[in-house]
Formats: sequence, structure tokens, C-alpha cells
Amino acid sequence: MSRRPFTPKVVTANLLVEGDVVYLSAADAWVPHLSQAEVFEDEAVAEARLLDAARQTEVVVGVYLADVTLGPDGPQPSHFREAFRASGPTNYPHGKAHEVA
Amino acid sequence: MYQYNDFDTAFLATRNAQFRAQVERRLDGSLTEDEFKPLRLMNGVYLQLHAYMLRVAIPYGTLSADQMRVLADLAERWDKGYGHFTTRQNIQYNWPKLSDIPDMLDHLGTVGLHAIQTSGNTIRNVTADHFAGAAADEVLDPRPYAELLRQWSTDHPEFQFLPRKFKIAVTGSPNDRAVVRAHDIGLVAKIVDGKVGFEVIIGGGLGRTPMIGKTVRDFLPVEDLLPYCEAIVSVYNRLGRRDNKYKARIKITVHENGLDEMRDRIEARFAELRPLFDGIDQQMLEDIRAQFTLPAFRPSSSLPPLVDPALQAWIDTNTTAHKRDDHAIVTISIKTHGETPGDATAQQMRLMADIADKHAYGELRISHEQNVILPHVRRADLPAVYAALRNAGLGTANVGLASDIIACPGMDYCALATARSIPVAQQIAKRIDEMGIEHDIGALKIKISGCINACGHHHVGHIGILGLDRAGVENYQITLGGDGSETASIGERAGPGFAYDQVVPAIERLILAYLEHRADASETFLAAYRRLGAAPFKAALYPQEAANAA
Ligand code: SF4
Repeated sequence: MSRRPFTPKVVTANLLVEGDVVYLSAADAWVPHLSQAEVFEDEAVAEARLLDAARQTEVVVGVYLADVTLGPDGPQPSHFREAFRASGPTNYPHGKAHEVA
Repeated sequence: MYQYNDFDTAFLATRNAQFRAQVERRLDGSLTEDEFKPLRLMNGVYLQLHAYMLRVAIPYGTLSADQMRVLADLAERWDKGYGHFTTRQNIQYNWPKLSDIPDMLDHLGTVGLHAIQTSGNTIRNVTADHFAGAAADEVLDPRPYAELLRQWSTDHPEFQFLPRKFKIAVTGSPNDRAVVRAHDIGLVAKIVDGKVGFEVIIGGGLGRTPMIGKTVRDFLPVEDLLPYCEAIVSVYNRLGRRDNKYKARIKITVHENGLDEMRDRIEARFAELRPLFDGIDQQMLEDIRAQFTLPAFRPSSSLPPLVDPALQAWIDTNTTAHKRDDHAIVTISIKTHGETPGDATAQQMRLMADIADKHAYGELRISHEQNVILPHVRRADLPAVYAALRNAGLGTANVGLASDIIACPGMDYCALATARSIPVAQQIAKRIDEMGIEHDIGALKIKISGCINACGHHHVGHIGILGLDRAGVENYQITLGGDGSETASIGERAGPGFAYDQVVPAIERLILAYLEHRADASETFLAAYRRLGAAPFKAALYPQEAANAA
């Protein structure tokens, strides 16, 4: 069976104290917006960054790689679950989609 | 109401101090997430999609006004100003910070509330009929037995690592409002030949493999309640499958081993355990019973003829017969059309607490249908209660109607979800309101879950909706004919699922088909479905297929 080709990914997690959804940036910081995330198009690099990130157990929990697609406005979630994680719940204006930029 | 004694208070304080130290050790790095996770789960702390979630137990759904005010404090001080009442008579806070949770638990402890065993593979919050102690049809108040079970199961050393979670529900009425046949153990309190006892039902459950519970004992004398329940859980603990999470609930244990085999094992274990219960449990039950006395009812004059049709509609829909003719049970709808089912703001919680103090002897209940109950209201006070509720946006007259929808948090919050539930409920409720046919439709239970775990009880909805992920797109499966009452049944799948933007029109077609086909206005949706079968409803759901077949 052939492996599925690698698709672009970001590293994401929740902050240990606040629980907020965050993404790993190219500067190795945990940032709140998907648009600020570093996108990995190379599987080995993605896995290495994931391992590094997963070691930051005093900052984040639940680190994993999330699929994104690349568009003119930067990375976009591939799956609706990630879209809700990125923008917040749809029943209240609580999420990042409603924050003043 | 049950008042915590010194032992309960000290136990809770010790437990909270222990969890505070565990949080500190997690934050300073002494505990890994793998070590910490089971500890936080035992204290009701989940990590959801956007934040932590704290689930607080409301044992058998009973709250004092002061407890409700503390729930409001938590919403205001440590959350975003609201809480979510769940289908298990719990309240969930969706946005706490991990570092704040010990303070939240301490504040809850001041009024005897806690989050213990609201998660994990333990015996969870014991639930009960939300009209307990008040309903006209009640044989026995189930809450003293629920409290006894709560005390027995809390921190029970043998039952902290069961194969899977374990849920017990108790009712004391022949009309089952506690969904006892969909619980791991369901108890129906009754009196036979002057003796108090229970019908004991085991192996009910919803989720991936929905099952209606089976009666394992027609009548269990009250003095055998704890040893018999202990025998059931003990047999399950030995026999329940730990190799497959999806086959680990007792419903599968009963299904795989058969009811007779289970009964034999339970009775054998019961024979061993019975002598160990030397009567202290019955003394405790007497002490507990003494705390569930009825309030000192103040007689009420009857209501004068009403001129306000909105008030009349609210009384018709949101009140239920009380033990006393001059009182009523009021259900406050937390289902305003278009709002999130089960969510109440801190202000609303305080207002309900104030109304309870003024008009309901300081008592409230939370229903598994995600509404709030004022169990004892003088009939003459109903106009004042309605006016106060309406001013706070809590006067919706829709209890038991199509927009009184159960909806789990779904993918707006829940990490396990496969699709959203809340916006579907919001849109259905809005659409029904726009159509102006809700009161004509009459009794209709729509229940929505955001994944197969079925926290929204969709299997026992007259119309059930299950949100799924079909190839990366939200898709909604509809089931018909479910029933969570004493005539319990599991809904049948109607056919292929619907896309997110097609599910509300599909529900609308179903409801219109019911209105067209019902014998008369007294025939409910469920009765019509049972009489007619699925065909006319399927034809409404899938008009194209029906046209092709014609
Ligand atoms: S049914 Fe699924 S989505 Fe809904 S609350 Fe339960 S686990 Fe979460």
C-alpha cells in the first residue's frame, strides 16, 4: 500500500494554564492565531518540531500536528474541527474570530 | 434538603487541598501530564477544544438558593459569565484556568458542592426525577436513596477504577422522568404490601450501542439497597471488559453474559455481602430521610381567572401538578428560542435563586432536560413568578414542546465531538418559533448529540439527531420514535444523513408530516409514529426517493 503524500501541517496545542488553543511559530513561540503559525511542508521537519514542542510540558498540553491548506491569507484549517479550534465556538462571540485585531 | 455534616465538610476540604497540591505540582513540573490527567479527571476537570472545563455535580439535581448563587459566582468570577446545565444534572464551566480551579472548588465547598467523580471510570453523579419531593404522581421521594447511594459511592475504594463509567438514576414515580431504563442501574422506588423497595434495572445505556435496561429484581427491599448495588457493581467490576473501551459498559456485560447469568452472579455476590451490612446504612438512611422533609407549606388561594394569554400559556405549558392542590411545580425553560440550550448567565442564576427564596421555599432542581425547576410554588404566586422570569428572559412557554431541545455541547466545545449540536438546536427552535405552530404541535422531544457518545440522549428523542463527520463534513443522522419514559424505546434510524444546512428543513418537513397525518390534536408525535410506522415520516424526510418510488 502506498503511503498518503504528506500534506502541510502546523504544530498546535493548548496552553497548560489557560487552556487556550495555540500554534507554534517559526520563532519557537506559542502564538494564538493560526495565521502566525509556522507551516511545515516537509514531514521530517514537522516531526522534529513536534518532538521539540512536546517537550515543553510546562507550557502546553496535547501537542499534535494539524493539517492545513495554504492559501493567499496563509494557512487555513483543512478540517472543520480545526476551524472551530482556530476561531472559537459558534454559539457565542467568545472566540478569536470576534477579538478586536 | 441534605445538609453536610462535619464529616462531609472535612472530607471535601481535605479533598480540595489535595487537588490544590496536585495542580501546584503539575504547574511546577513535578507531575507530568500523564500523571496529572487521571487526577484532574477525578475532580471533574477536562481539557476541551478551547479551554479547560469544570464539571460540577448537582446531586440528584437538587439545589438550594444559596448553592445556586455560588454557581453564579463561579460563572462570574472565573468563567465568562454563564454555566451550562447538562443532561446528567451537572453544571459545566467552559472557560476556567487550571490555576483557578482549586479556588473554584473551595468556593463550591462553602455550600457543600463539589466535582468529585463527575468524570473517570467511577460511579458518577447519582441522578433522580427532577420533580422529586413535589410531584403529584410520586409514590416516594427518591432523593434520600440517591443521597445514600452518593455517600456509599463517593471515594468507594473498590470502585475507583471500574472498566468504564457507571451511572445510577432513581425515580419514585411510575411516570419515569429520570430515564432510568437508559442507566447502568435504574431504580424505581415503590411500595408493595406496605414495604418500601425498588425495581432494579440494569444494563441500560445510550452511546454507541444503545440498550434499554432489563429488570434484574422486581422488588428489592430498601434494607438491601446498598449491598445489592454493591453486588451489581462488584460483578461488573470483575466481568466487565477492559480490553475494548467500546464494550466496557455494563450494558455489554449484560448483553454478552445474558441477564440470567448476571442475576445469578449478582445474587451470589449479594449473599456474601449482605451480612457485612449490619444496619448502619439503614441508620444513615433514617438520618438522611429526616433532612428531606417537606417545607412548611403556606396555604394558597386559587388563581383568579387570568386575562393575560401569555401567562395562561406559560402556566399551561411550564407547570406540573404538585402533591398539594394549592401549589404547582414550575419548570423554568432554559431554552429561549435561538439561545444555547441549558446555558444560564450568572444574573439569571441569581434571579432564579431569589425567586426560589421568595416563592419556592428556597429550593431549586436541575432537570436532565437542561431546565431549572421551582418545585413548590403557591398557585397564587404564579403570576408574580412569571413576571419576574419574563423580565429576565426566562419566561419562554415551551417546556415539553418542540423547541425544548436537549443538545449536548457538541463541537463548539467538546473535544470528542464529530459535529456541532448547539447551532442545530438554536436554528430548529428559531424556525419553530417563526412558524408559530409550537403549541399546535404539542408534546415533542427533540434531542441532539454531537457524537455517538449520545450525551444529548438522541436515541430516546421522539426525533433524535446525531452529528457525525462524513469525509470531513458535518452530517446529521435522524432517528425516529425514541422514548426515554416508562415506555422506553430506542429510536430507529430514518435513512441517510443530512448536511448541516439541510437538517433544519428536514426537521420542518417531519413536523409538518406529523401535523398532516395525526388522528387529531390529542395524538402526540410519538403516538402517531407508533400508530403509523416510519413510512409517512420517511416520505417527508426523503421526498425525492418517495417520488421516485411512486
Ligand atoms: S455526545 Fe459527544 S459531542 Fe456531545 S458532549 Fe457527549 S462526547 Fe461531547
